[in-house]
Amino acid sequence: MTLQQDIKADTWTVAGRTFTSRLIVGTGKYKNFEENAAAVEASGAEIVTVAVRRVNIADPNQPMLTDFIDPKKVTYLPNTAGCFTAEEAIRTLRLAREAGGWNLVKLEVLGEAKTLYPDMRETLRATEQLVKEGFEPMVYCVDDPIAAKQLEEAGAVAIMPLGAPIGSGLGIQNRVTIRLIVEGAKVPVLVDAGVGTASDAAVAMELGCDGVLMNTAIAEAREPVLMARAMKSAVEAGRLSYLAGRMGQRRYADPSSPLAGLI
Amino acid sequence: MAEILGETVAVRVNGEPKSVPAGLTIAALLREIGINPQKVAVERNLEIVARSTLDSVHVQNGDSFEIVHFVGGG
Repeated sequence: MTLQQDIKADTWTVAGRTFTSRLIVGTGKYKNFEENAAAVEASGAEIVTVAVRRVNIADPNQPMLTDFIDPKKVTYLPNTAGCFTAEEAIRTLRLAREAGGWNLVKLEVLGEAKTLYPDMRETLRATEQLVKEGFEPMVYCVDDPIAAKQLEEAGAVAIMPLGAPIGSGLGIQNRVTIRLIVEGAKVPVLVDAGVGTASDAAVAMELGCDGVLMNTAIAEAREPVLMARAMKSAVEAGRLSYLAGRMGQRRYADPSSPLAGLI
Repeated sequence: MAEILGETVAVRVNGEPKSVPAGLTIAALLREIGINPQKVAVERNLEIVARSTLDSVHVQNGDSFEIVHFVGGG
């Protein structure tokens, strides 16, 4: 098999759906729908996260996200951003399922506004209920290998630990625990939150994650469409680097040119 | 079911009080507001209304509706 074929065949599968792109992008915080759509295109993402909100009944003819990003071409992954209890999250996703007609969803149950850290007790409770109702939840969670295992046992179809707080752009702060989660999980693991720049995405992929989910790192870049393209390359580079297997690290230098034959 | 001339019912739509003609289906209510029923999800008194039944379920006095759609989010 050639290198090109190897790269092409490197897909990942979540809840029976197979994707080539390992980058999932959000659709919040963009200047306008046009820029958002262009960034999604440049990122190569096949999945985008979306929020569920009230229609503005005072002006129902405002442009809609679906007019710019076609849900038939890109998989919409509805989220529960802004939900602080299992009940709110479940209610939101029932509506999302009715609006979109599919079961693949992103669950996040937040613990507090300051850090947007997940409330794992509520998250686990919501996961159990959603699975009972036939949902396939990809779950935002803390970087705790035990909590990740519990979510998986509850039926989470993907584990999505944070690399740093949502919207912080601090980069992957927890390589050790992300790696532990990756090693222990039988479902896909995606870093969700914390990526600030392209090298952060590459780090996440080099840890063996199946993918990366990001929003602010692209939307708040000076040139979002260019950054979307950078993220596409970074995720691909990180993935290839993981597959290639990096060299060992040494404490001191090791010359690359032969010592023999020196004049 | 035909609308009953002149009669209205009081409902809430996305938190806003609204007076609408009696006898409307939910689909007709959405169209009256200017919403395409195919693009939204509807919750009535905390219960999901299946899209396939929007044309047959009638609005009742005191109903509370949430009408939502997908927006940008991370």
